[in-house]
Amino acid sequence: METFLQVLIDGMLSGMLYALVAAGLCLIWGVMDVINFAHGEYLMVAMYVSYWLGFLLNIDPLVSTIAAGAFIFLLGALTYKLIIRFTIGKPGLVALLATFGLAVLIKNLCMNQFSPNFRIISNTWLGGKTIHLGGLIIAVPQLTAGILALVVIGILYWLVNNTRFGWAVQATAMDRDAAELVGINTDRIYVLVFGIGGACVGIGGGIMPSYLAVHPEVGSMFGLIAFVCVAMGGFGSIPGALLSGLLVGVVEALAGFYIAPVFKYIAVFGLYLAVIFIRPKGIFGW
Amino acid sequence: MALLDVSDVTMKFGELVANRGVSFTVETGSIVGLIGPNGAGKTTLFNCISGLCKPTEGKICFDGNDITGWKPYQIAAKGAVRTFQVVRPLKDMTVFDNVLVGAFLKCSDNRKAFQKADECIGLCRLETVRERLAGELSIGGKKRLEMARALATSPKLLMLDEVMAGLTSTEVNESVEVIQKLKQAGLTLMVVEHVLDAIMSIADKIVVLDGGIKIAEDTPGRIIDDERVIEAYLGAKYSQRYKRRNEIGAVD
Amino acid sequence: MAGNSLDFKNSKIKDFCWLGLVAFLALLPLVPAVAADSFRLHVMILILLFASMSQAWNIIGGYCGQVSFGHSVFFGIGAYGAGLAVVTYGGTPWPGIAIGMILAAIVAIIISYPCFKLSGHYFAIATFAIVEIFNRIFLVWDWVGGALGLDYPIIGEGLGNLMWHQSKVGYYYSALVIFIIIFGTVRWLEGHRFGYYMRAVREGQETAESLGVNSSAVKLTAMALSASMAAMCGAFFVQYNLRVDPPMVMSLDMSMKFVLITILGGAGTLLGPLLGASVLIPLQEYTRALWGGLGGGVDLIIFGALIILMVVKQPDGMIGILRDVSKWASTKRSRKEI
Repeated sequence: METFLQVLIDGMLSGMLYALVAAGLCLIWGVMDVINFAHGEYLMVAMYVSYWLGFLLNIDPLVSTIAAGAFIFLLGALTYKLIIRFTIGKPGLVALLATFGLAVLIKNLCMNQFSPNFRIISNTWLGGKTIHLGGLIIAVPQLTAGILALVVIGILYWLVNNTRFGWAVQATAMDRDAAELVGINTDRIYVLVFGIGGACVGIGGGIMPSYLAVHPEVGSMFGLIAFVCVAMGGFGSIPGALLSGLLVGVVEALAGFYIAPVFKYIAVFGLYLAVIFIRPKGIFGW
Repeated sequence: MALLDVSDVTMKFGELVANRGVSFTVETGSIVGLIGPNGAGKTTLFNCISGLCKPTEGKICFDGNDITGWKPYQIAAKGAVRTFQVVRPLKDMTVFDNVLVGAFLKCSDNRKAFQKADECIGLCRLETVRERLAGELSIGGKKRLEMARALATSPKLLMLDEVMAGLTSTEVNESVEVIQKLKQAGLTLMVVEHVLDAIMSIADKIVVLDGGIKIAEDTPGRIIDDERVIEAYLGAKYSQRYKRRNEIGAVD
Repeated sequence: MAGNSLDFKNSKIKDFCWLGLVAFLALLPLVPAVAADSFRLHVMILILLFASMSQAWNIIGGYCGQVSFGHSVFFGIGAYGAGLAVVTYGGTPWPGIAIGMILAAIVAIIISYPCFKLSGHYFAIATFAIVEIFNRIFLVWDWVGGALGLDYPIIGEGLGNLMWHQSKVGYYYSALVIFIIIFGTVRWLEGHRFGYYMRAVREGQETAESLGVNSSAVKLTAMALSASMAAMCGAFFVQYNLRVDPPMVMSLDMSMKFVLITILGGAGTLLGPLLGASVLIPLQEYTRALWGGLGGGVDLIIFGALIILMVVKQPDGMIGILRDVSKWASTKRSRKEI
């Protein structure tokens, strides 16, 4: 029972991070109907930002996560300005393939500059600390990352649903032309949405080096899992992304522990197919 | 025997009732007009007959088969083919290829299908745009394409959903001619139309829907006098104008 | 009627061009500059293989409009079919290839049936998920060699074993045969009822159904055909590389390669996959040969940048560029005449 709880907690903690990565993707998907294939690479870049700040300037990931968020915000905005802008209104596949090209580009740039080696920061504030709760062990870095993820998702949800900016975003998502007619600068909304979507994954990636090694391939699987979470949660639904992020984290941990580590992704993707075949538009989709 | 027999068809979308207990028949070789104000449920009825919607209640028989709940392609293969009010060209294919897709339903042989397609293109006056992409046509061209494509399937019953709306009067006259030609060739037609002059002049029978209910079913001459139809749709002015014109026509 | 004879003439000319191309390709290894340089021949073989593979994808993805990112699964099934026949059962690859092709078609139908109910991005992501699932299953499945994969033993060369050690000319001609089979099939489909139905389903499923087209049957048939052809290419790929493991054949990157080649060349056109492969494959091979040693990744950086540029600037692919150029040329000519 205790082992089960332990696995469950570990799963929930990684699930919160998945949910954060997915929430950013979800916002972009919901507003612009674009799948950003480079989303996982954003995460990887954020991890490198945080890693280099820690390695060169001795800044703790807990602090540099803000810098990473800001950096990926800019990267996202730039992606929109240079690439996505030209794909709006064309078939959905165009943006997907263009961002796939971007993903290949970013991944190999990092490979070329930073080598494929695994890198990890030692001596972080949180590194190696644990909380003992009865028989359960909770790793402090993961816990902090999870809480941060929940806070950021909360802020994002509030931003979309309770601010003028959020209403403008929702209006743009529903009907771009109509939004233009009532005076919303939808191009600016798109830039900001892409930037904010990036910032979410940037913050998630920024804190991760305190417990996870950085290497150029690290983002790919996170990106795929984020797609699955978003599609499983339903088109543009942030609560959906949160729920399916947690679900994916738990399923992954359980399958990895009770069956075999290699089965964790089989279980995750199998879960996605099972859900999507029953509800073709996702759990919260319509 | 009637080619199409619609009996007691009710179609509900949740709480909204689009058709309630509609019954009528279409005799082989006739032209039946389906009219009524906007939102009367004409297109929904077409959708039920062509299989896009499954009626909540009721039965639809076509050519001796109970086709209620059949898939659209099965119904089309049986010979009941429709056009769409909101035109749906296969955009990235040429006009000829569009019509050819229809022609392939009954002609599996390429040569015969090509011939059939060209025949229908000629009939609907699309020769000049034959090799253009369907998405590039004008709205009138797209409406004629809808008709040519449906015709190419060699249907027994052709269901036209507002093929004349938005056309110029010359184009309307052309369409009327085409429809009459088709009738002479032995085709049965069901026509939803707001261009009343056109439909009154060619239909053997008019079915009037209002609020999802059939309020009248009769020959055009008698529909024009029907109190309920005048109230619901035609208006007294149109009824009088129509009768006056017909009298003049009779004197001539 | 005049139009018909024109069509006929056009397709005659088109087929004549294709015949010329095939004859040229068939005679190419006789040119010493190509035959003696095994790297050039290697690039030619890969172009033919990836053009064929992308054409297989083009059937369902281009003509029928169902953009699947799962084709590396079928490619992999074919690859493992041949690999198992040779490595595990010590025979010739031929029965393995045949079984692989049939199996790929069956798997394609089973997978696609539920997937075709999904729309847009949901469909795309479902096909990603399927690739990942197959990849992981093959990684742990001992019968197919697990993560180590299958390594070919050295056995006699020749058509019987579909294997050559001395020169690549045998491989070249085998690839050419596959190319002819797949391009021939698609060329035939283009002018056939089924080809028109596939395009009709792509352009508008409901419209096609209203004209009597059974769209799910069309999609499933196209998928099965496409999958079994992908399996054929996969089998050749293993015979050429003499080994197979899951990341090599069943990966998202592999799936993406088929999609990209087709889209860059021109999806839904007969020439597109060949154009795409003739540009991307030499680019990939030569940059890898040139910069492959330099810290790695340079070839893929260029590849990525090129993809972005092409997709954003000309979504219709190189066919679109050719069309624009010919349009531009013809307007220029007509202006001159005036």
